[in-house]
Amino acid sequence: MTRKWVALPAAAALLVTGCAAPDPEGRAKAAKAQSDVITVGMLRPSTGSSAASGLDMERGWRLFWELNGDRVAGKRIRTVFEDDASNPSVGLNKARRLITSDQVDLMTGPLLANVGLAVADLVDRREVPMVLPVVSADDLTQRKRLKHVVRLAGWTSSQTTHVLGDYAYDQGHRTAVTICNDYAFGYESCGGFTNTFTDRGGKVIGKLWNPLPTPDFSTYMAQIRQADPEVVFAEEVGVDSVRFVKAWKEFGMDSTGIKLLANETVVDQAFLRSSKEAALGIVSAGHFAEGRPARATRSFVDAYHRRYGLYPSYYAAATYTAAQGVREAVAAVNGEVTDTARFLAALRAVKLADSAFGPEHLDPYGAPVFNTYIREVRPGPYGPWNVPIKTYPRVSQFWKYDPAEFLRHPVYGKNYQGDGPWPRP
Amino acid sequence: MSGEYLLTQVLNGVSLGALLFFLAGGLTLIFGLMRIVNLAHGGFYLAGGYIGFATVTATGNFWLAFLAAGASIALLGLFTERALLRRLRGQELPEVLLTVGVATVLGDLALAVWGGDPKSVDPPAAIGGTLQLGELPYPTFRIFVVALAVVVGLGLFYLERRTRLGAIVRAGVDDRETIQALGIDINRVFTGVFIVGSLLAGVAGVIGSSFLGLLPGGDVEILLLSLVVVIIGGLGSLPGAALGSLIVGLVQAFGTSELPQLATFIIFAPMALILILRPSGLMGRPI
Repeated sequence: MTRKWVALPAAAALLVTGCAAPDPEGRAKAAKAQSDVITVGMLRPSTGSSAASGLDMERGWRLFWELNGDRVAGKRIRTVFEDDASNPSVGLNKARRLITSDQVDLMTGPLLANVGLAVADLVDRREVPMVLPVVSADDLTQRKRLKHVVRLAGWTSSQTTHVLGDYAYDQGHRTAVTICNDYAFGYESCGGFTNTFTDRGGKVIGKLWNPLPTPDFSTYMAQIRQADPEVVFAEEVGVDSVRFVKAWKEFGMDSTGIKLLANETVVDQAFLRSSKEAALGIVSAGHFAEGRPARATRSFVDAYHRRYGLYPSYYAAATYTAAQGVREAVAAVNGEVTDTARFLAALRAVKLADSAFGPEHLDPYGAPVFNTYIREVRPGPYGPWNVPIKTYPRVSQFWKYDPAEFLRHPVYGKNYQGDGPWPRP
Repeated sequence: MSGEYLLTQVLNGVSLGALLFFLAGGLTLIFGLMRIVNLAHGGFYLAGGYIGFATVTATGNFWLAFLAAGASIALLGLFTERALLRRLRGQELPEVLLTVGVATVLGDLALAVWGGDPKSVDPPAAIGGTLQLGELPYPTFRIFVVALAVVVGLGLFYLERRTRLGAIVRAGVDDRETIQALGIDINRVFTGVFIVGSLLAGVAGVIGSSFLGLLPGGDVEILLLSLVVVIIGGLGSLPGAALGSLIVGLVQAFGTSELPQLATFIIFAPMALILILRPSGLMGRPI
């Protein structure tokens, strides 16, 4: 009997101390609040097949801090780079290390959607704010939004292709064939085009899905010619962009009278560096246009060329602009980034009057609202570049659709491309 | 299905087959004689492509690229065979692993030197651009590749069937011990065949750099298809490699367009069928 009464308070005491005692992270957090360094962790592939674009991400990010200084609100911005090797499980491990041992205040990167999806889930659970400048999987700011993930300086895959479907109809095209990579980015890019093009009354008479990578595009060229549409919408990434552009030219597709409209990545500088003159004249839609004459873009493109001897790709522009946004948010909270809720609110409130992309702010879902440019590849000062020929200002990830109604539909996939006049704008 | 479409697809298949033949020809010769599955062959292809790319960038001469790539990959083949593979002669697993190692080293070196951006070489005006086949525009370079493959194929076939050297190689494929007993230095024959195979892979790299583009990982893509060709055609058989290339090229062309959902499966299905029904390949002899 007595023993029981002694045991109870002892157990209670144990419970209390057990909860409070070993909390290294909490203590480290308290120590960090005093620190005058803000640590950012950037994941990007520096080995493997997407290493080149990963390097562009690093270059853009570094360039911003080099040009603008790395001190904001009395704190120094320090960046730790990690290689995710284009592999979700490697990316997860590296992200864990960045969070636990480097104690990062902010995460950014990565390049590939599958790595991004894995890491976004982790940072949300660990309550670390994350900025996604490149990963464009629609649902991360649509049906599967995460509290800690902000698409600052990013984009959604279908955001610019919604514009292109509408533009194609305006150009007088009524029949289209779409060709996209056979994975999520392709489904979403093609879905955006098909949805708006068919809203206006256009018909998509063929949908081709090429595997990633596709060594030989010859059979697709033959199928396009066989279907004989008025316009082709194409999404390709990586080496497939280069191969597609080359095949389009070599098979004399321009002489058939079929017009080509491309998504952003087909002629992005990352691949235009390789396609070169073969891409001249290709019209595409993108949220970046390195040939945009506005000062914010010109000064970035020139500085980047001076520093690295290349035009910036959109990957570089995205991390450069993300850095610009991060600086604004850090300044807005006066460097107190350990107050996660406030810092997140500041990141979501970032408004860039102008940037390498153009003016930009975020919608209530954490996705950017930006200019979408209809661009044409023309000869530029250091080789072919994308020059805007038409600008659609303030384009939202929902185009002109009602967000609530849009979100009632599934995300674009192979079996849902938004054919037919619904949802109506 | 219009006649024009059918013709384009046949040409597409044949020209892809022609590229594959350059790789599969060397692969099958090396395997037939030396019993080595040379998985460095894709690495040789990639290295040849990058050397060709560097040559064209430096000199602007596409023909010089063929020469430079062919010669340097032949040398690389000589080194691989003499300095590396010879030490492991007869130990099959270590030999295969060694070739995997060579391929990995070549791939990483290429990434370090040329970076990960896809590279591509434009053929000179004479064989570049578009050819009008009646109404049908078709890339001139693809026609050129088919012609080159036919010439090289016939040349190799003549060498193998009609010359003393070819007789020694054929005898070596059939019975290594007897040919050594006849006083022929089989090691020199091995080296020779390995060099020829490597040279073809180097040349294929230059063709491929214009045809498919160069990038890290491009070696695996092409090696896989070449292995399928070799298995279908029959290990060690040159005519088999030619037939296998044609089959794989055509299956690839029509498979990806008519049955896109099964695009990958359809390449490996004929290989599986052949392995079940005729394990030595269409034109190979049982080993």
